[in-house]
Amino acid sequence: MSEETILLEVRHLRKDYGNGAVLKDVSLKLEKGEVLVLIGPSGCGKSTFLRCINGLEPIQSGEILLDGLSITDGTAKWSEVRQKIGMVFQSYELFPHMTVLDNILLGPMKVQKRNRKEAEADACQLLERVGLLDKKDVYPRQLSGGQKQRVAIVRALIMKPEIMLFDEVTAALDPEMVREVLDVMMELAAGGSTMMIVTHEMQFARAAADRVIFLDGGEIVETGTPDAFFDKPKTDRAQRFLNTFTFEKK
Amino acid sequence: MQDLGIRVLFMGNNFIRLLGGLWITLKISLLAVALSVVLGTLLGVVMTIKHPVIKAITKFYLEFIRIMPQLVLLFLVYFGLTKSFGINLSGQVSAVIVFTLWGTAEMGDLVRGALISIPAHQYESGAALGLTKGQIFLYIVIPQTLRRLIPLAINLTTRMIKTTSLIVMIGVVEVLKVAQQIIEANRYTVPDAALWIYGTIFFLYFLACWPISLLASWLEKRWKN
Amino acid sequence: MDIGFITKYVPLYIEAAKLTLRLGVIGILLSLAVGLVCSLALYYRVPVLRRLVSAYIELSRNTPLLVQLFFLYFGLPKVGIRISSEACAIIGLAFLGGSYMAETFRSGLEAIEKSQMESALSVGLTHAQVMRYVIFPQALAISVPGLCANMIFLIKETSVFSVVALPDLMYVAKDLIGLYYKTDEALLMLVIAYLILLLPISILAAVLERRLRYAGFGN
Repeated sequence: MSEETILLEVRHLRKDYGNGAVLKDVSLKLEKGEVLVLIGPSGCGKSTFLRCINGLEPIQSGEILLDGLSITDGTAKWSEVRQKIGMVFQSYELFPHMTVLDNILLGPMKVQKRNRKEAEADACQLLERVGLLDKKDVYPRQLSGGQKQRVAIVRALIMKPEIMLFDEVTAALDPEMVREVLDVMMELAAGGSTMMIVTHEMQFARAAADRVIFLDGGEIVETGTPDAFFDKPKTDRAQRFLNTFTFEKK
Repeated sequence: MQDLGIRVLFMGNNFIRLLGGLWITLKISLLAVALSVVLGTLLGVVMTIKHPVIKAITKFYLEFIRIMPQLVLLFLVYFGLTKSFGINLSGQVSAVIVFTLWGTAEMGDLVRGALISIPAHQYESGAALGLTKGQIFLYIVIPQTLRRLIPLAINLTTRMIKTTSLIVMIGVVEVLKVAQQIIEANRYTVPDAALWIYGTIFFLYFLACWPISLLASWLEKRWKN
Repeated sequence: MDIGFITKYVPLYIEAAKLTLRLGVIGILLSLAVGLVCSLALYYRVPVLRRLVSAYIELSRNTPLLVQLFFLYFGLPKVGIRISSEACAIIGLAFLGGSYMAETFRSGLEAIEKSQMESALSVGLTHAQVMRYVIFPQALAISVPGLCANMIFLIKETSVFSVVALPDLMYVAKDLIGLYYKTDEALLMLVIAYLILLLPISILAAVLERRLRYAGFGN
């Protein structure tokens, strides 16, 4: 890992909630083009971690650096930082009062002040990539969950972020729709996007990740390449976690 | 300087008279609410009958009561009935009639809604447990209807207490009328009585209504399950 | 039914209706403004302001408009504040209506989930932009039925304006009954006048509510 290619660095992040620590002492580095998958049991803090990176949760101590510059010391404006970090949520959160196209264009037009024609062309191109160009003038309520999520991904992508964060984006979808969203994410990964993904889809994690990070109880218990981690986890906790996904035949 | 004005409240039995006036208002509201609960339940049951004429009449009744300002209804009963039927209704009786009609309409609508909606999803689980129609009605429908009726009845009480203030416009001697009498009687001795008396009445109404609204929201929260 | 009487005095009712409408509309607009400001104070939990607003809402919702008007029109002059009849009516209506509008706006705002704010912020919008493009439009749409109901309520409340010496519909009706004993005719015109004032808005409110429910706000 060379200094120039480290896009995101997290140093000793600590986040408290109520009277307990949700994240205890988390440090990691994310390289350009790297796909990092975060897995772990519920409540281990992985979603909270993503939300801290995006500034949706305040942190108690530690530092986050984007492109070498701190974004947590109070000097950076979150509205600018968030243009570089795109996030897709579990509940898609499309704006129901706007069409698909308007949903996508809100960011480019109002935040980046781009020219409408150019932004629209970009949007259509992205919609085509995810197979939803024919839905551009439709309202979110008329879409299925999988379609909404793909639109949410486009909405984040059109801002041309450096890093994309995915927070359990398929967890709320019916099984038939999970695949279409994961396919989009695989395509992005193969295309060289820098991604941090929180997911429960183990097979997808194995196929898409460059590196797997196992979080439990608010700290990083183990990291490794997908094959190494899934075949031969080094820690007991990781092994126990992976066992919850496998069934022994009776 | 300001003590001069407020002392009118403590002169003679002024304050008692004011309270007496307010009591008339409260009496009418409480009576009307009580009658409305009973008649409203009956009306609600009637409204579930699928006869077209009954539906038309009840719907007309509901819509008319809802859209007309209460003062207009008071005029219709106080002036209209007196003229048309030759009976001389007092302002108080007219008020009770009007407010009962109003309350009955609201309660009736609520009861009807409850009767229609509840059995739909509760009947199935009740029947699945082996209850008869009568038992379902007694143990499932009535308690749930009551849970909706009571907060509404309380909310209606507050609104009625406020609206009964209108009866001064049909000549009933209630708190505002008493106030006017006191102010007039003390025109020279306490020139700024009006400020203090009307201010006091403002707070008296607040003291009458606010605890009831608090009770209603407390009950609502308690029964949120 | 004395038709001649009716035709003779219809103009009087029309004038009174116009007065009611004029003062009612101004009162409603003011209460919308007051309500909006108060709802923001509550939504953002502004330290001192939110307590004042809460107190205001409780006070105005638990007291009748009639009493408020008596106080404004007969009470205030005793401390030297003399307000015209029309101003009293408008102030009273705005004072009462403001709290109802505030509650409606506030529940509209709070109906929008926090996650909408978060996903909008994640796209890079500033807080102000999120409110303007994402939150307010949705909150407003949700509030419309409540706002309409409030407006209908306020128009009905204007029926007490005669107490501050304004020649409104109730005043005209009472006057005619007292002078000519044409009770039926006077009351009929009164009912029709209020139907004309209120039916259109009621129907509009019902249509709007149905439209919005169809649009299915809130995924």
